[in-house]
Amino acid sequence: MLLNQFLFLAAALFCIGVYGVLARRNGVMVLMSVELILNAVNINLVAFGAYRHDITGQVFALFVIAVAAAEVGVGLALVLMLYRNRRSIDIDDVDLMKG
Amino acid sequence: MLAELMVAENIAFYLIAGLMVFAALRVVTTRNIVHAALYLVLVLAGVAALYILLAAEFIAITQVLVYIGAIVVLFLFGIMLTRAPMGPMHDSDNEQRAVGAAIAVVLLGIMGFTLFRAFRDVQFDDLQVQTTNQVATSVFSTYLLPFEILSVVLLAALIGAIVLARRD
Repeated sequence: MLLNQFLFLAAALFCIGVYGVLARRNGVMVLMSVELILNAVNINLVAFGAYRHDITGQVFALFVIAVAAAEVGVGLALVLMLYRNRRSIDIDDVDLMKG
Repeated sequence: MLAELMVAENIAFYLIAGLMVFAALRVVTTRNIVHAALYLVLVLAGVAALYILLAAEFIAITQVLVYIGAIVVLFLFGIMLTRAPMGPMHDSDNEQRAVGAAIAVVLLGIMGFTLFRAFRDVQFDDLQVQTTNQVATSVFSTYLLPFEILSVVLLAALIGAIVLARRD
């Protein structure tokens, strides 16, 4: 297998995730797109770790998974707060700080 | 024998990769939010399969346990608690769709070009299984401090999520 197969797939997933973050209105859907981005990064880490016969790639991917779990927990709590206060989770409406 | 194995590896990779790209595209384009969460499961399972293809056993199991087992369930709870419509939503995307798509395509072009230039013919020479034992040794020796800090981060996130989501 070529290393590039994995890197290209990760790049594609990353770009799809970026599109999702930019184009989605729903807060939960934006968080799902962020998960796509984080997974793309993890694929890169593990692929380079396997290529270099270095365990560090996997250890870092584990750390990223743990941080992603924390991020989803707090992110969904924030979305829930948003829903309670405004009865909508359309993040395009959250523009109180717009100058 | 080895050549046949490598062909099999490639076929498996392209099957998984095709499925993952399709599912990821559906995650960001479908109008039904529950479908988006279920397509996300497909992407995450594909990532786990890629880890197995890369002979990284522990992280593949962790991917299934943490992502498919916990995070997707959290997403489904989030969908339920915010009373998202179960059917298709008519306003799931904003008016920046075209700009977003253009940015994503340009980004993919730049990254693809760079990757092609940098790693054109780089092969995995021989994939060695990276065992759970090795991962544990590394985590509990070289990366002990980040590991401990990570547990504090998780605790802080847990308390933060409870404080934010509590009804009082």
